[in-house]
This record gives sequence, structure tokens and C-alpha cells, in this order.
Amino acid sequence: MLYNNLFQIVVLITLLVIVCPILGYYIFSIFSKEENSIKNINKYWHPLFIFSKIELLIYKICKVDKLQNMDWKKYLFSVLIFNFFGFVLLFILQMIQKWLPLNPQNLGNVPIDLAFNTAVSFVTNTNWQNYAGETTMSYLVQMVGLTVQNFLSAGTGIVVVIALIRGIANKESNLLGNFWVDITRSVVYILIPLSIVISILLISQGVVQTLQPYQNIETIEGVNQTIPLGPAASQVAIKMVGTNGGGYFNANSSHPFENPTPFSNFIEMFSLLLIPMALPFTFGRFVGSKKQGRTLFFTMFGLLLIGFIIMLFSENYLHPILQQSGIMEGKETRFGIVNSVFFANITTAVSCGAVNCAHSSLTPISGLILMLNMMLGEIVFGGVGAGLYGMLIFVLLTVFISGLMVGRTPEYLGKKIESKEIKMAILAVIIPNMVILIFTALALCVPSAYSQVSSGGPHSFSEILYAFTSSAANNGSAFAGLNGNTPFFNIFLGLSMIIGRFGVIIPVLIIAGSLSNKKIIPKSLGTFRTDTPLFAFILIAVILIIGALTYFPALSLGPILEHLLMKSGIIF
Amino acid sequence: MKANIIVSLKVLLAFTVLLGIIYPLAITGFAQLFFPYEANGSIIKINNKPTGSELLGQNFQSDSLFWGRPSFSNYNPLKSGASNFSVNSNSIAILQKKQADRLKMKINNKSNDLLYYSASGLDPHISYHSAMIQADRIAKVRNMDIKEVYKIINKHNEKKQFLFLGEERINVLLLNLDLIKIENEKSK
Repeated sequence: MLYNNLFQIVVLITLLVIVCPILGYYIFSIFSKEENSIKNINKYWHPLFIFSKIELLIYKICKVDKLQNMDWKKYLFSVLIFNFFGFVLLFILQMIQKWLPLNPQNLGNVPIDLAFNTAVSFVTNTNWQNYAGETTMSYLVQMVGLTVQNFLSAGTGIVVVIALIRGIANKESNLLGNFWVDITRSVVYILIPLSIVISILLISQGVVQTLQPYQNIETIEGVNQTIPLGPAASQVAIKMVGTNGGGYFNANSSHPFENPTPFSNFIEMFSLLLIPMALPFTFGRFVGSKKQGRTLFFTMFGLLLIGFIIMLFSENYLHPILQQSGIMEGKETRFGIVNSVFFANITTAVSCGAVNCAHSSLTPISGLILMLNMMLGEIVFGGVGAGLYGMLIFVLLTVFISGLMVGRTPEYLGKKIESKEIKMAILAVIIPNMVILIFTALALCVPSAYSQVSSGGPHSFSEILYAFTSSAANNGSAFAGLNGNTPFFNIFLGLSMIIGRFGVIIPVLIIAGSLSNKKIIPKSLGTFRTDTPLFAFILIAVILIIGALTYFPALSLGPILEHLLMKSGIIF
Repeated sequence: MKANIIVSLKVLLAFTVLLGIIYPLAITGFAQLFFPYEANGSIIKINNKPTGSELLGQNFQSDSLFWGRPSFSNYNPLKSGASNFSVNSNSIAILQKKQADRLKMKINNKSNDLLYYSASGLDPHISYHSAMIQADRIAKVRNMDIKEVYKIINKHNEKKQFLFLGEERINVLLLNLDLIKIENEKSK
């Protein structure tokens, strides 16, 4: 039975392994310097012809200077200002939705602290949700506010990693590219076409897409039900492709209107992994060595698989008190155990945060893997773009540590790694970690915050730890027993999302600028090779050691303690 | 700097129009044209009166109908969501016992979906096994031959999608509607 169910996961991964190198090459050709990199795109018979017209139209209307090439400071400034305006627009839209059209349920304006939290959440690609979509957001805010930021935050992730890769590949140049061109191309050529295809597939399975008001019906037994509707499919598609994860409805991808069939679940898992799995191949193309890309891919893949296997065992473990295994609490019948566990693993590994089961109701060790996936820095494929730049930070650290061990100047792909890069890399690792631990400790000390947990025992601690982990890692999934819609959590989770996002993007772009200026030292016999299984192994070791050292104490107070109590038959 | 700020505002507005208005409306138009049933919530109409969505569960309480899974929101579609209880909480242990008593079922490892809350609170399905253990009750209350009940259950058992995706399952609303239909035809 189990093997039978695992077959669908094997099919999914096989498909991805076939498609991702191709998509990786396509993404490379979109951002590489050569003119006409996507051949014939301006010919009318090309499938993407219309998109090339849209691209040019955007440049024309917005008077974008296509030829401008930015150094890291200009690039960073553009990223920040663009995200800031995105935040302001979304913030305002929510607070005036009552007076705007397309609000058939007459939903009121969103309170200021919740609007702040939600705006930050969608701009930073976190999509933590302290609200229930069906009773809080009008159709207009869902479309014009949230859907737009779903696209733009994913685009931001892609362009930042592209800038970093260009920095690594450049030869003594300080130019990283043009942010406006990059963001336009990432949205128009990658995100929109994929979203269109996926929304249509999802609609065919039963995901709703309409502007009609909610429908009242009377059930067989004469009870009234109000059925929420809305333009969901168009948003669900980009929520998966862009690894955003913010559900249209409160129950997210476990809601039958967001994920109605096993096939829609398959599509959602596929689209969630698609771009993050393709980007290592893009990287390989840029630096002129496919093997470098493949090494990163397999490193990430290894970590993903380890987590999945541990979770499978944990979920199939006979619960000592309930005397059952494969407990269906918080899971949907149509998906079953394997689909729920795999979805939970990839959605935390890939920084998506869409959920098709209640993470809080998984066994303690499964919960631990989910938290660890995020605590490692969302580098197991990670969010669109964000995962790869996070991983490259760890690569620099690994190269540096290995260099220290053998006593030679560390270098990566011909670039010397010096004190500036390492300082920034350390910052990028430490900043999110600090936020998670300090804010969790703070929440435990504030009675009005701690009282928002809904369970007892170590699980109550896990709820808070999970919340700050998820927000600082820009994931967005939750141990949702916690009531986060209070001023404390709205503000502090919001801050933790901002710091977790830009506390990494800023050092990454500084590194990009610094590496970009360096010359490339030719390979020699003494060069430390970064495309071997040995390197992948050291890289995994460094990642796990940093993660374990930072989080073992916190995790032992939460999921580990809960597991030990469960084994000795104690419930709370 | 200043030029970049102006470009930034313009690009944001252009994308807001493209991604926030044109894209969702185009998809909506396509959906309404080609998938009107699915895009509008898969609403089932009996005698032209909407009786529910094929995809959303209902809170069946009557002994003469098949019961769905426990729902933390009592199948209120405006309050979708899970209990988020830990599997090691008292609440879950109590729920398991309560459900097992109500269904008069032995706690074993065959299927346990009827014992616990679903993730969405709106799960329209139960497992095949969970339908079969209710057959006895249905047959007694409705005064039907149990073989006939089995027959209806078997008819509604959905295989895995494309034979390998997801789980075998039974849509409780469709099953109950069929049950009522057969009863009505008999009384005619």
C-alpha cells in the first residue's frame, strides 16, 4: 500500500528532473547578455510572441532605459524602492477596500495592524496570513493587491539571485544588470506563462474562478450554507509557481476549492518545485559549468529526501495512546498520508508555505523536520531565487572553512573569497537566526502574546517557535493553533519578515558587487574543486552543523520533548 | 535616484494593471466560457434548487444518511480550517473515543478518517472502509437490504485518479443524494 502510494511521488520527481534542466536553460537565456537570447521571440509564430510585445510595451509606457546597467548600489536601491512602493499600495488598498468596487460581500476595511502584517507578508514572499481570506479580503484586494505582489515578490527573488550569479560570473566589472528589465522579464517570460497554464489546469479540476457573489444554498438536511467564491484559480497558480503560499481561502491548499482533486494536488506540488529546482541549472549555465549547477541540485535534493524519509517513518509510527498510525487528523481523505507528508516537506523546504494538511497536527518529529527545513535558511531548493542565493551563501562559507583547513586562500569559481564576502555571508546567516530566537523568547515573556497559543505542553512553545521561524524564513506556513491576529504578533511577525527578507538580500547584493569586481584566477591543480560529491558532502555537513548548533536547544524544548513525552504515554 | 523612483512607480502601476486586472479577468473569462460548472463552485442543483457544492462536505447528522468526517467548523464554508490540535493533546484522544463510540467501530489501523477532524473542515470524502462500516446502520434505519446499500457504496467508490494519484474515496454528498433518489423511486 505504501509503495503503491510512493509511486506518485516517484513520477512527480522524475517529471521534474526531466523538465527542470530545460527550464533552467530557458531562464538562463532570458537573463543572459547576448541579444536575441530567446530565438525568434519577436516573430509572430512564436508561442511567446505576445509576451515579447507586452515586455516592450511596459518599457515604452514606463520610459525604462533598457541600456542602463547598474552597479550593486543602484540595483539594491531599485529593489528596495520597488518593494517599498509595493508595500504602500497593498497597505492602502486593504484599508480602503470598503469603498472600492468588487466587494460583493461588503467586507469592511482591514484594521491597520493586520493590514501592515499582510502587506509585509506578501511583499516579502512570506505570505503568512493572520486573516481568513473568505471573510476578510474583497475580490478587488485579492486581485489587485495580493495577486500582484505574489508575482512581484517572486520576481524580486529571481532577479536578486540573477544579480548574484552575474556577480560571480563577471570579469572585473561592477555592472550587475538592469533591475527594471530583469523584473519585467522574470514576470513576463517566466511567471505569467506558467501561471496561465496552471490556472487553467486547476480550473478544469474545480478550483473556482468567478466574480459572482457568495452563493447561499440549503443542504439536504435543510441547513443553510454560504459558499464562498471568487477569482481563486488565478491567484492559486502564482501562489504555487512563485512559492508564495498565501491561500485564497483560510484552509489554503487543503480547501476543496483550492485543491479539489489528487491531480490538482499533483499540479500544485509540481509547480511549487518547478522554478526552485530549475535555478541551480540556470546557475550552472551562467558560470559555464553544468556540473557546478548539478552539484548544488543534488545537495539540495539530498537534504529534501532525508527530510521526507524521516517524516514518512514518523507518520507511520504507531501512536502509543491513540493506538493507530497514519493518523488522519488535519489531513484530507483525497490526499491521504503520503501526499500530505510530501506536500508538507516540500512546502517548508521550498519556502512556499501553502499547506494541504494541518502542520500542527503532524507527529512531533515531522513537525521538527518542517521547522528544520526553514531554520536551515530555506536553502533546500528554497523560495524562488531566495533558495539559491541562500545556498550560495553557504557555499561561500564552506569554501572558506575548507580553505582554512588546508591553509590556502579560499576561492570559488576563480574568485577569491576575502574578508568582506565572509563578513556579509555570516551576516546573511545570522540575521534571520537571531530574529527567530530573540523574538520567540520575547513572545514567551509577554503574557498577552503567550496567551494566544491554543494547546498545552511543549506544543504551545512549538506554535510560537514555528511562527517566528516561518516568518523570518519567509515561508508562511503555520502551526495555526496560534492566534496571530493580535497587535503584538501582527507587528513582530511583520518585523521578522522584513528583517528575514532584506537582512539577507542586502548582504547578498553587497557580495554580488564585491565578487563582480574581482578577476578570475585560472584553474590550477591546487584549486579546491566545488563540483564533486565530496564538496556536496562538506556543504551538507556545514549546513547541518550551523543549523543544529543554533537550534538544538530550542527544538529540544518543543518537538523533541513532545516526542519523548508521547513515547512515554503522556498527553496534555 | 529620482529617475529611478519615478520609474519604480510607473512599473508598479503597469504591473498592477497587467497582473491585478488583465490577468485575472482574462482567466475568469476563459473559465466562464470553457468550465462554467467548475469555475462557479461545482454547485449541484436538484429540481433547479442548489443543494450544495460537489466539492464541499455537509454536516450530515441524520441516522438515515451517511456521515462525513468530523469538522472543526461544523462544515461552515465561511470558517474553513483545521483544529490544529497536536496529536498528543487530550482533545484528540477524546474526539477519537467519541467518534468510535458513535460509529460503534473498533479502533484499528484499517482507516481512521472518520475519527479525526479534516484539514479544511469541508472534506467532502470518506474512505471506502468508512462508508462500509456505516452500511449496517443505513440498512436498518432505511429498512433496506444491506446488499443494496453495499451496491450503492461500490457504485460511488472513486478509484485513484488516473489509477495512481491520491486515495480511493467516496463523496458523501453524492452518495447520500443517490440514496435518497433510490428511496424516492421506490415509494413512487
